[in-house]
Amino acid sequence: MGKPQSVPVLEMRGITKQFPGVLANDHVDFRLNKGGIHALLGENGAGKTTLMKILYGLYQADEGTVLVDGKDVSIQEPNDAISLGIGMVHQHFMLIPPFTVAENLVLGAEPRKHGIFMDMESAIAKANEISEAYGLAIDPHAKVMDISVGMQQRVEILKALLRGAEILVLDEPTAVLTPQEVVELFEIMRNLTEQGKSIIFISHKLKEVLDISDHVTVLRRGKSIGTVATPETSQQELARMMVGRDVELVVEKGPASPDESILDVDALHVLDHRQLPAVRGVSFSVRAGEILGIAGVDGNGQSELVEAITGMRRPASGRVMINGCDVTGVPPRQVFESGVVHIPSDRQRHGLILDFTVAENMILQTYYKAPFSRRGELDWETIHTEARRLIEQFDVRTPSEKVAAGSLSGGNQQKVIVARELSREPELIVAAQPTRGLDVGAIEFVHRKLIEARDDGKAVLLVSLELDEIMALADRIAVIYEGEIVGIVDPDTVTEEELGLMMAGAMRGPQPKAAGGESR
Amino acid sequence: MEFLYFMADALATTVSLAAPLILTAMGGVFSERSGVVNIGLEGMMLIGSFMGVLFSHLTGNAWFGFWMGALSGAVVAALHGWVCIRHRANQTVSGVAINILGAALTGYLLRAIFHRAGQTEPVPGLASWTIPFLKDVPLLGDIFYRNMPPVYIAFIVVIVAQIVIFKTPLGLRIRACGEHPEAADTVGVNVSGIRYLCVMLSGFLAGMGGVTLSLGQLSLFREGMSAGKGFIALAAVIFGRWTPVGAMWASLLFGLADGLQLTAQNWGFTAIPREFLIMTPYIVTMAALAGIIGRSVPPAASGKPYVRRDGA
Repeated sequence: MGKPQSVPVLEMRGITKQFPGVLANDHVDFRLNKGGIHALLGENGAGKTTLMKILYGLYQADEGTVLVDGKDVSIQEPNDAISLGIGMVHQHFMLIPPFTVAENLVLGAEPRKHGIFMDMESAIAKANEISEAYGLAIDPHAKVMDISVGMQQRVEILKALLRGAEILVLDEPTAVLTPQEVVELFEIMRNLTEQGKSIIFISHKLKEVLDISDHVTVLRRGKSIGTVATPETSQQELARMMVGRDVELVVEKGPASPDESILDVDALHVLDHRQLPAVRGVSFSVRAGEILGIAGVDGNGQSELVEAITGMRRPASGRVMINGCDVTGVPPRQVFESGVVHIPSDRQRHGLILDFTVAENMILQTYYKAPFSRRGELDWETIHTEARRLIEQFDVRTPSEKVAAGSLSGGNQQKVIVARELSREPELIVAAQPTRGLDVGAIEFVHRKLIEARDDGKAVLLVSLELDEIMALADRIAVIYEGEIVGIVDPDTVTEEELGLMMAGAMRGPQPKAAGGESR
Repeated sequence: MEFLYFMADALATTVSLAAPLILTAMGGVFSERSGVVNIGLEGMMLIGSFMGVLFSHLTGNAWFGFWMGALSGAVVAALHGWVCIRHRANQTVSGVAINILGAALTGYLLRAIFHRAGQTEPVPGLASWTIPFLKDVPLLGDIFYRNMPPVYIAFIVVIVAQIVIFKTPLGLRIRACGEHPEAADTVGVNVSGIRYLCVMLSGFLAGMGGVTLSLGQLSLFREGMSAGKGFIALAAVIFGRWTPVGAMWASLLFGLADGLQLTAQNWGFTAIPREFLIMTPYIVTMAALAGIIGRSVPPAASGKPYVRRDGA
């Protein structure tokens, strides 16, 4: 309940939205105070985005009412929302990459001259004016595809403000930012509320929610579980509300007892799909019984590095050794057969075949071998039995092993991959963003499995964009920036600020001392 | 001197051969820029060329036939739009269906209305225009002094299209729909509306390109007379990197290859076998598609139906 002096600018009452097979919103109530930052917290698929898309006119609610400034309103189209002063910064930016910043800002509300022509000069003037008014510096002439993600987000915020937004919805705005950019964003948000704007902050990151919001509403499976004042709550309480049970936020782990090295990467150079250098002379090694975390902002060569190690991309030069065997540029199957398993960052593109059943997905790399295949024929009985065993062991929530993988929730899809990969008795686990898009419950599960594997003497290479995850799991942290390892540090002694600076390329740490690797 | 006359002759032929390609390619540019692949240009051309002849025959007015041909292209395109935009069908399949429909429908109507197979009798065609002040301008005069009206219309359409796409709010919205329709939608741009408009415009222009063949170059309809020109126009769109001016130059290049071949034949010029000259546009097209002549980046959302719902 809001304080007596607080005025609601927005109320959503009893919002219900049914999608085929999913009740995305079930009589959700939500109330935003003027000048407030109200967090909307929930696991993936809890219905946060659906609720906001209803508010923005992208979906129509089946039931429920929306009140803006106390008046009942009908929002059929984004245009209706815009004219009511509702602006949205979408999780996936709604910017057009080849357009300039100014063009993106005015799209849909273009200034004209002589009635039919675009007035670019006043578009640029407008862009400059609004960026000064809110202290958000931008270059109106730059193309969106050439500017940083943090800058793109500013453009998105300005786009909403330019259209007269009084209520701003920020959908997972921190997911793509570096720690420093997050700090900047929070500053921007506080400035905006001082100027009388009200903000809805969607997130599944507890720490951020506690940092920035004044109220939190928690959604779980489409229902609103409750609204609490931020100062009166804790991470533990919020996590419990989100998941519905107690959650271990940081999985306990003992000290690592590393053995000999399993993966050796030496002076590796990899080109990206545009044939531009993405990984530039990277050397490191991962030993049995340790987790090496690769920290970095998205797009600094992580995917290319992982692809080069797992055989999905041929390196331009350098060497990848597994257990002393050279596997540079060999096909994925050969990499896998030398004891490597891979939890890919994009589970729907690389991890699973969504139209295949769970059981079929469980044998994607081993289907041709006994006991799944005999004399060139698949043994379905064994396949299904094994799938049922893994479903049981890894707690995959699925009606049966015969449903399509695509019908499972994101967290359960990830469990299918984790189950498949870890059951192959690996020596090296390459886990690329293994908890991307997962809720706290599933994150806990994946983290525990990775630590178990480590304690079991496996080598783990963990690539993650989540600094918290790296800090919680890694025994050593290698920071990657523009395709180079700018330092390998100890998580117990390094601070998040130092890591953030290294991730932004502003600072270098101690260099790896790999045998034969180039040193700077 | 002889060579200059030869070139002037070849270039004059080139622009009249390129005119239908240019008009159709402008249609392709609009459609693809808005995010709808229109492989059905060929069929729309063919229907346009038939309807143009039919209405010219019925009314004796070639200009009425010309506009009706263009309009019939737009009607067929509306069908493509309805299937692809409203019902989110596969755009390539719909386009192929339209090409088959075009060939079949015109063949049928030819027999049903004209009671003939192969081709119609001659009908009133478009009379050439002359631009008096160009008479004595060297080269330009040879090419543009006297030519069929669609040639002039084609070049005007290019200029207008270039301005619309790059200098107007409408153009910005069209390009937005082709690059990132969801982004356009969230700022209140009517994505379906823009796409319908562009697809119908593409049919209108392809229809116009078709009538240029039947009432401009000839004065009759012949079965299958579009002869792959719709596809070449589509290649010109890609080769021209989805810009009107680029597609115009590409169309002219394809026209030139054809023009050289015809003129060389007329002049008894046999150093290069004509088959090779006929091949040139196709080889250039394939080279362009393979990215040998500069990599071209299509509109990001071209060919993708737009759906608002993206999951719960």
